[in-house]
Amino acid sequence: MNAPNPSGWRPAMGDGVQDPAQLTASGDRGLMLEEPLIFELGRPGTCGVDFDEPAGEMLPGLARFARKAAPALPGLTEPETVRHYTRLSRQNYAIDLGPFPLGSCTMKHNPRLNEKVARLPGFADIHPLQPQQTVPGAIAAIVELADWLVTLTGMDAVAMTPKAGAHGELCGLLCIRAALEARGDARAVILVPESAHGTNPATAAFAGYRVENIPATADGRVDLAALTARLEPDVAAVMITNPNTCGLFERDMKRIADAVHAVGGFVYCDGANFNAIVGKVRPGDLGVDAMHINLHKTFSTPHGGGGPGSGPVVLSAALAPFAPLPFAQVGSDGVLRLIEEEDALTAHPHSFGRMAAFHGQMGMFTRALTYILSHGADGLRQVAEDAVLNANYVLRSLDDALDAPFGEAGPCMHEALFSDDGLPEGFTTLDIAKGLIDEGFHPMTVYFPLVVHGAMLIEPTETESKAGLDRFIAAMRSLAVRAQGGDPSLKSAPHLAPRRRLDETLAARKPVLTYAG
Amino acid sequence: MRYLPLTPGERTEMLRVIGAGSVDDLFSDVPVEARLPGPIAGLPGHASEMAVERHMSALAAQNLAAGAAPFFLGAGAYRHHIPASVDHLIQRGEFLTAYTPYQPEIAQGTLQVLFEFQTQVARLFGTDVANASMYDGSTACWEAIAMAGRLTKRSKAVLSGGLHPHYVSTVTTMARFTGDTIEARAPELTAAPDDAALVARIDAETSCVVVQYPDILGRIPDLTMIAEAAHTAGALLVAVVTEPVALGLIEAPGLLGADIVVGEGQSLGVGLNFGGPYLGLFGCREKFVRQMPGRLCGQTVDADGKRGFVLTLSTREQHIRREKATSNICTNSGLCALAFSIHMTLLGGEGLARLARINHQAARRAAEALAALPGVSVLNEAYFNEFTVVLPRDARDVVRELAEYSVLGGVSLGRLYPQADELHCGLLITATEMTTTEDIAALAAVLGEILQGVPA
Repeated sequence: MNAPNPSGWRPAMGDGVQDPAQLTASGDRGLMLEEPLIFELGRPGTCGVDFDEPAGEMLPGLARFARKAAPALPGLTEPETVRHYTRLSRQNYAIDLGPFPLGSCTMKHNPRLNEKVARLPGFADIHPLQPQQTVPGAIAAIVELADWLVTLTGMDAVAMTPKAGAHGELCGLLCIRAALEARGDARAVILVPESAHGTNPATAAFAGYRVENIPATADGRVDLAALTARLEPDVAAVMITNPNTCGLFERDMKRIADAVHAVGGFVYCDGANFNAIVGKVRPGDLGVDAMHINLHKTFSTPHGGGGPGSGPVVLSAALAPFAPLPFAQVGSDGVLRLIEEEDALTAHPHSFGRMAAFHGQMGMFTRALTYILSHGADGLRQVAEDAVLNANYVLRSLDDALDAPFGEAGPCMHEALFSDDGLPEGFTTLDIAKGLIDEGFHPMTVYFPLVVHGAMLIEPTETESKAGLDRFIAAMRSLAVRAQGGDPSLKSAPHLAPRRRLDETLAARKPVLTYAG
Repeated sequence: MRYLPLTPGERTEMLRVIGAGSVDDLFSDVPVEARLPGPIAGLPGHASEMAVERHMSALAAQNLAAGAAPFFLGAGAYRHHIPASVDHLIQRGEFLTAYTPYQPEIAQGTLQVLFEFQTQVARLFGTDVANASMYDGSTACWEAIAMAGRLTKRSKAVLSGGLHPHYVSTVTTMARFTGDTIEARAPELTAAPDDAALVARIDAETSCVVVQYPDILGRIPDLTMIAEAAHTAGALLVAVVTEPVALGLIEAPGLLGADIVVGEGQSLGVGLNFGGPYLGLFGCREKFVRQMPGRLCGQTVDADGKRGFVLTLSTREQHIRREKATSNICTNSGLCALAFSIHMTLLGGEGLARLARINHQAARRAAEALAALPGVSVLNEAYFNEFTVVLPRDARDVVRELAEYSVLGGVSLGRLYPQADELHCGLLITATEMTTTEDIAALAAVLGEILQGVPA
């Protein structure tokens, strides 16, 4: 096993250590470079773009609308711009630098072929309102991806337009609501397990439903008895994440679905954790009516520091007629079309309408399709197997050092869950997370799911090597040992990152959201 | 498989550590009948990088790219020149492959970019503050209406006829499920928007008036007058900007009285991408900040007193507030915000003004050339880089015929408003700094040929 720090060197940490940055006149420290804001660097009138022609005169009719002064935005030349952003980039951790084991986020390697393909002019330089006759390849790519998603999930149709996971949740609930309204059956309640992602209750509320929580059992699953007891004709849907946010498969999924269907409700599945089962299990076989797929998780489109995502929603036959516009369809003449408002009345008359302008996240579709074709059916199955194998390896390599609340119950899926139970007085999950930063790793998801105290949710994904996992495990063990030994320096970690712990209370109490200078 | 590092030997060794006999044992919680015995039948197996690239390139080659034809489309998505450094910088792995900056000590790069982006958007829009982005302009528009409802405790939004019809549809869909009333109507083919008629629709129930600026036909509404009327009635003015480059030339909506300004940021740095991913912009007055949707980046200090940035006011957001959140939005458009911000940094305010002037000139040249064709007239009294021409017949057919000559000749109003027969003769034409004199000559020549012999 590799040591966490092969050189054996360990920095002194703790109170009274002189800040090394004070030792330099610049405030920089070797390759650790500070960077001012563009508003501090830039000069008014500077421009990093050359123009070929003079500005010219304004149409007389426009003069009364003219801006009194150019926007107060300083410009930078190209070399200054490249340096500014390159220096800033070096203050980020990223999957390209090392493991990023954020549970429920699926931070896997982002293949660069996907980037290359998405930038082909035939995909990147086409306008969403070009005549469809000029973009058959784009429509074919959407349909090809749609076919894969439908087949992999065992569902009947897919709505491609939602722009991220939460937008997909909304799409699914709007389909459900439209289906219920179509049969004259207004329902008021959506049941959501306690362990759900925060977006689930937020989406249900946004779609006009009352949210009721369903408790979890001691083994971390939805309480089937409690759920069944609550199933009455006012329940529109149940929103379930499977595998769930404790990293466990909901064994009773089919029974839950049957019970919900029996009272006329629908089953929404949060597909954020699809990476654990892709190619191994089809949600359609478990009675799911709608499920979003985060292309930026399972299908590797880059997270980009917070988006863009893409959240296509696969639908059962009962919900497919209500899918939003535009809707990708193969016509009876064999021609692929995107059904828009112009043809909706005849070709897709029950659609609940449009969720966003244009056709969805095309740039994510091409990346995801490239990823899927690279793996094929066999490779995707291997993805799920390796993701689950890696998570179980982490679980079993750490369950003697940290409390694994569901560790006794059997294997986990693609995430290993630990709690702060057993950490000595005064040490918290946050301290372990911040200690990981000093060890050169991105922390795991912390304090989620809410059903476990001080949760640490570790999702290694299939793109981590065994050697990489061993380094991570060694770092985690070392942090557990330091906590057990009462090491005070852990309480103030990180010490070696571009910044130490930031004052979030100050930021929220007196918000400074723009540069004032 | 080139993306999967585990070797067969390592898999065996790991299973031994776990204490499992096989990988299938790890899936024991999945009911047997739901477990697939092998790869799904009928789907292809894994493929080499070369094979996948060949397949995807063949699909891409079937499309007529904007750069390969005289190109005049707009209507909410604009083709501008993106400096090479923008795409280079956003592909740095530290930006491209980072997550939402929940661990600020190791995400200062993304966070500082977001802080700079928020400042740029606020200054461009003339608002006090801006958020760290939304999905796109249409969804940002809905979020603005929802926020206006929370602020005014009223539930009727009055939409100007000049609001992009896809935005109208998006907003109408959302409102069906929240109980808000959306008062919308199609535009009329007049030289200037009828702002007086819009103002007359505001009443005591109105939470906000939503006005696109410039509007879907390229006309410029009088925001000052509309803002005064809205405020008198206790309503807010939401301005919608689908072409931010216009704000290099026309006044910032926030300085004309708009309370919330939203927009589509795709014009700067992002590109066409067949409609997505795009970039929702959202700015407003400082006093509304606790009702804003989406992520906000704020300045603070670290334990050593150094300046740093964090995501802040997250008690508005779904991961803390759950069903009481201001919005369900989570992942948004971080990388597109970075692209926008880099492009804006290269331009600076003066560069943006210059770029805007050049766009306007290109549109003027195009308008002049098209107005010279028999039977074709330019509708607009004023416009920025997009205007409406009225043709002697259904512009949908004309656009399809132009495409047969490999001319991408604008967006027909019939595509946008299939139910409004009186608009079907309208064609939206956009010209930007990318539009050459030759492009304009080609459009005028082919359009003239297509229309020849058709009585006006």
